This record gives sequence, structure tokens and C-alpha cells, in this order.
Amino acid sequence: MTVDLFIFLSLSLVAIVAALGMLFSKNAVYSALFLILNFATVAVFYLLLGAPFIAMAQVTVYAGAIMVLFLFVIMLLGAELLEPGQTRGWQRPLASILTLVLLAEAAYLIFARSDLVADITPAPAGYASPQAIGEVLFSRYLLPFEITSILLLVAMVGAIILTKKVSKRI
Amino acid sequence: MVPVNYYFALSAILFIIGATGVLIRRNAIVIFMSIELMLNAANLLFVAFARTFNHLDGQIFVFFVIAVAAAEVAVGLALIVAIFRSRQTIDIDDLSSMKG
Repeated sequence: MTVDLFIFLSLSLVAIVAALGMLFSKNAVYSALFLILNFATVAVFYLLLGAPFIAMAQVTVYAGAIMVLFLFVIMLLGAELLEPGQTRGWQRPLASILTLVLLAEAAYLIFARSDLVADITPAPAGYASPQAIGEVLFSRYLLPFEITSILLLVAMVGAIILTKKVSKRI
Repeated sequence: MVPVNYYFALSAILFIIGATGVLIRRNAIVIFMSIELMLNAANLLFVAFARTFNHLDGQIFVFFVIAVAAAEVAVGLALIVAIFRSRQTIDIDDLSSMKG
């Protein structure tokens, strides 16, 4: 077993356990913390795959900004234990069946059609350095990049409007 | 080297855990976090295949997905806060006033 494979297997164990922990935690704060662990693990996967810029964006944007926002809202609302467990009786069995079907389909595609995908080859020098990413981002993907800024502006305005106290108009 | 199939399997498992979370949890915030987990699984696959084919476009796409996810979280959490203010709950089974 090579070092890469060992790192991959142990990290994927951590990632899956963290995801399951998010799924089954009764307390939403624990769910958020497990999800942060998962995001950090995925960031290490990005590093293994030779994507340092994406890994840093993952840590700062996902594990940093987004999850802090989640934790902030959970604690603001006091919503961490809002789960009385009075779900409709048929929901959980149906969800389990659908999940197993999805899992079987994914397993079929991965194991039965595995000849379709190649192994990962060693990356050429300078692959996915921040400089290379920036060059592609500001040449071929310049228009989507600018549209993203408009999207973020719209999201910011929308969030402010939605959470503003409703004032008496007229 | 790790075969890209392994990344495929890991991404599929994470995605399925996220989908299960959407199906079985009742807390709207946890459902939202499950959606983030699914986005993350898709991102992992993008980066894995970008590396397989030595192409940068997959990573650029992940960059855009992260930006869209940030916008989505801002608006989604604002919606949840607004719903909580008016209904005092974010249990999605209680939010059925649109039902006929």
C-alpha cells in the first residue's frame, strides 16, 4: 500500500464518519461542527489532487465563511434542538429505500463500468498553481467571473431585504 | 497513485449521505447543510477529473460552484430567519400552510 493510498483511505474514513455524524446528530450545532470537519478533510483531498488554490478557497469560504454563517444563524434562532421526532411514519422507510437504490446505482456504475475511467497520472509542473488558475480565470472565464460578482451583489441585497424588519408602508 | 475510481466512490457516498439528510431530517438548517454536503461531493469529483485529464477547467468550475454556494447560503439563511420570525419554527413539516 503506497503512502498516497493510505492517506486517501484514512482521510476518506474521516470524511464519511464526519458526514454521518452530521446526518445523525440531534443537535444542529454538532451537525455544523461535523460538517466543518468534513469540509476540512475535502480540502486535504484537493491538496492531494494538486489543487492548492481550490483547497484554500474551500477552507476560507466553505469551512470559514459559510459554516460560521450557519453556526451564527443556528445560535441566533436557538434552533439547535428543534426536532421533536414526530415525523410521518412512512417517511423514514421510504427514504431508506430510495437511498439504498441510489447507493446500488452508484455502486453499479463504479464497479461494473470501471473501465471507462483512467488512473490519475502525475501532474505536469506548474499544474493548477494560483498563477495558472488566475490566467485561465481572467482570460477564458472572464465573463462568468464578472457575472459571479453581480450574483454575489444580488445575493447580498436579497439577504438584507429578506431579513429587514417589515416597516409599515403607506 | 490512487485510482480516480476511489474518488468517484467517495464522492458518491458523500452525495448519498447528503441526499439522505435532505430526506430524513426535519430541521431546515440541517437540510440546508446536507445540500452543502452534496455540492461538496460534486466539487470533489470535478477536481478529481480535472486532475485525471490534466485540465484546469474543472477547478475553475469548482471556483464558480463555491461562489454560487456562498450566495445561496446567504439568501437561504435569510429566508430561514424570515420564516422563523413569522412562524416561530423551522420544522419543515410544520410549514405546510400552502397545502390545499
